[in-house]
Amino acid sequence: MKDDRIVGLSAPRKEGRDKVTGRARYIDDISLPGMLYGATVRSRIPRGKIKKVTFGPGINWSEFVVVTAKDIPGKNYIALIENDQPCLADGMVNHPEEPILLLAHADRHALPKAAEAVSIEYESLSPVFTIEESERQTETIWGADNTFKTYLIQKGNVDDVWDKADYIVEGEYTTGAQEQLYIETNGMIAAFDAERGVTVWGSLQCPYYVHKALMALFDLPETKVRVVQTETGGAFGGKEEYPSMIAAHAALLAMKSGRPVKIIYDRAEDMVATTKRHPSRTRHRTAVRKDGKILGGEIELTIDGGAYLTLSPVVLSRATIHAGGPYEWPAIRVRAKAVATSAPPHGAFRGFGAPQSLFAMERHMDRIARAVNLSPVEIRCVNFLKHGQTTITEQTINEPIDLRGMVDRALEYSSYREKKQRFARENESGTTRKGMGIAAFLHGAGFTGSGERYLSSVVGVEGTAEGRVRVLVSSTEFGQGTNTVLSQIAAETLGLPYEDIEIAQPDTTEVPNSGPTVASRTAMVVGKLVASAATGLEQTLTASGMLGTTHTAAEFRMACRAHVAAHGQFRSLARYDQPANIFWDDKNYRGEAYSAFAWAVYVAEVTVDLTTYSVSVDDFVALQEIGRVLNPVLARGQIIGGVAQGVGFALYEKVEWRDGRMQNGQMTNYIMPTSADVPPIRVFFEELGNTHGAYGAKGIGELPMDGPAPAIVNAIEDALGIPMDSIPLLPEDIFDAIASASKRESDARSPAGVR
Amino acid sequence: MTNTGGAKCEISMTVNGERKTVRAYPMERLLDVLRQQLGLTGTKEGCGEGECGACSVMMDGALVDSCLVPVLQAQGAKVVTIEGLGQDARACALQETFLEYGGAQCGICTPGMILAAVHLLREKPEPTMDDIRLGLAGNLCRCTGYVQIFEAVAAAARRGVAR
Repeated sequence: MKDDRIVGLSAPRKEGRDKVTGRARYIDDISLPGMLYGATVRSRIPRGKIKKVTFGPGINWSEFVVVTAKDIPGKNYIALIENDQPCLADGMVNHPEEPILLLAHADRHALPKAAEAVSIEYESLSPVFTIEESERQTETIWGADNTFKTYLIQKGNVDDVWDKADYIVEGEYTTGAQEQLYIETNGMIAAFDAERGVTVWGSLQCPYYVHKALMALFDLPETKVRVVQTETGGAFGGKEEYPSMIAAHAALLAMKSGRPVKIIYDRAEDMVATTKRHPSRTRHRTAVRKDGKILGGEIELTIDGGAYLTLSPVVLSRATIHAGGPYEWPAIRVRAKAVATSAPPHGAFRGFGAPQSLFAMERHMDRIARAVNLSPVEIRCVNFLKHGQTTITEQTINEPIDLRGMVDRALEYSSYREKKQRFARENESGTTRKGMGIAAFLHGAGFTGSGERYLSSVVGVEGTAEGRVRVLVSSTEFGQGTNTVLSQIAAETLGLPYEDIEIAQPDTTEVPNSGPTVASRTAMVVGKLVASAATGLEQTLTASGMLGTTHTAAEFRMACRAHVAAHGQFRSLARYDQPANIFWDDKNYRGEAYSAFAWAVYVAEVTVDLTTYSVSVDDFVALQEIGRVLNPVLARGQIIGGVAQGVGFALYEKVEWRDGRMQNGQMTNYIMPTSADVPPIRVFFEELGNTHGAYGAKGIGELPMDGPAPAIVNAIEDALGIPMDSIPLLPEDIFDAIASASKRESDARSPAGVR
Repeated sequence: MTNTGGAKCEISMTVNGERKTVRAYPMERLLDVLRQQLGLTGTKEGCGEGECGACSVMMDGALVDSCLVPVLQAQGAKVVTIEGLGQDARACALQETFLEYGGAQCGICTPGMILAAVHLLREKPEPTMDDIRLGLAGNLCRCTGYVQIFEAVAAAARRGVAR
């Protein structure tokens, strides 16, 4: 083994210099000769039949290219899981932002007026706007019963636990939609050529999702569809699936016009029409012994998927598996479902269901603590998973785990105990109330269960004619550090300087399918494949005698050049091979859900102002065990950024819905944290390692989204003595809660809630 | 979206030290003129309503959101974009510290953020942490949670003082 030289160091961001100098080229920075601009005409009613489309007066329509569903050469759907979402509405609309037709013009300024001049007559049908309406089936809007997917997890015999319980604790928790709010809005450029087929360039996470969607839409073979990712200005899950829609639209306009077409969403269109985090409702009923040990419980989890199925089953899956938190449940039953409503489809957002179900779990732990009269710390310590125990899917924890030790560290860093006591005294008077809150949680890295086996990802590493090494992956960079970390892994494996490694631009004609850039899988799963492929490259050189078994970087470069000179293109591929001991039963939702879990304990300190009802987060300690930290600066950046988004999820970011449509689709009235709002976010790592990931890494990207909201809301309860079970909590929500405090307090103590 | 009312007129301004004359609608956004006519795509559009600061440029020494500036207002002005910061010692220091401290992730807010930071350090060469937090509050970043940006600005300020 070589000494680790680059992994574990803060190698500078590979594409960083282009970003700090403004040279990095995002999709809206690119123009093609003769390019037109495209726009989307959308429905304005939540549900109905399209009766008539009229192209109004005052517009020279002959200057415009118009595309409708009839222009689609292949299948009119955006291929994903169930293929139920049309590319363009054909007779029926199911949400108030459904694309109906497309316009293109050489002057982008001519488009908004033309789009407004298209009038569409509908026959309205009854919509469904909430989880409750969908469950009651006031109207059947999807399938037989408005249900996209259900899961059932059963461990032990839950029906036996209630008689043994000293306490039965119930609670209901809800979370709102959340907009990803990447600062670069969605955008695509498409070109069409009868010989070469379709090419799209754009801001996206998953080139092969777009590739698959365009093949079906145009009925073209894979060689006639090319997808290229350009520099992407943030994604957070929000560019996992919707870019397929925009690519499809741009490509249809390009085909019809015979010219390249660019579609760039403005902020309002991006916020209102594209995916957001699924709203959720989680009900807990838990049997607890008087020492605080959980004997068992039932969790009923429901997410609002919007009008089409899209990724909801997968989001629901992760929400379900994470619903029990980092605790040992001798018996549990989790019933989960994703339901349809007449809103634009909800989709991927960092955490992917886990922030919703973990918010409920971690709020519920504080409710249990109050019922049993233990502290929030004690109740968690009594129930933490330990080595050798099993998760709710009966996955045995074989990896090192030390939640108890992590709690001790997090409490020490945050001065939790001293502050909690001091605040309890100081909260007797004055116009502010301070509190401390804790959340403990886990996040599974990679695709769930057999997902990675089905993906069967392939990674390539190439030795170039210049003696350099290029990593070939469809895994994309959108700020999180893919380019840098994968380069570090290749450099480490080959004993080369970091500067010798290049990352190929993700282009489906150039790079193999290393899977989508989602699920905190890139460093752990793709990274490991990069290491394997790099090893393959080296082995080829040594086996051919061009390179000695020990070698310098200069010798490697020389051998690479010689190999290319002698044999041409020099590539090594590695394909994912699932470890033999991973067993997953998809039918019963049982088994090894993830090859590794990251673990974390977060502590929030808050002040509630009783004059303005605003909450400020004054300090935040984020301690996590993510296996080996491959790049400390990037890893810390992932955690801090995730915590800031979690602060927004808890306290600022509220989607105002009316008739299935977001009303506040502007940065002016949908508020994300600014630099003046974020607390000092203090990041600490444990590194217990991971046998499955590249150089011991686990996933990191999504974990920090899971914990801040419950930690902050638990701190608010600590400050006010009033439980708050719905987020986001804006000042008006705090006001309402305080105003009805006496009622809430009596509810919390009522015999119905606690026995 | 740009207002294309009125007739196009000629507007002259100094952009990154060079005199430029453009033909544009008087209410056209400075942002669009910079990006589309002058090819200065380092200035980004994030929201189009002056909330996010991704389109920040310097106009006669003041930090402005170029999406809110009708180009007519820039007549005769000195405009500096990210592309024009090459020789500015503060900007060079900031670019290095942004790389070192993780101040840029996806990079889309970075040009505006660096201009805001240059402006801040001109006003306050030795800023406190509160000066930095408030000085950058008009520039939104969704990736970093800001902390590493604060550290990068503080480090650049320290280097500036040493020099």
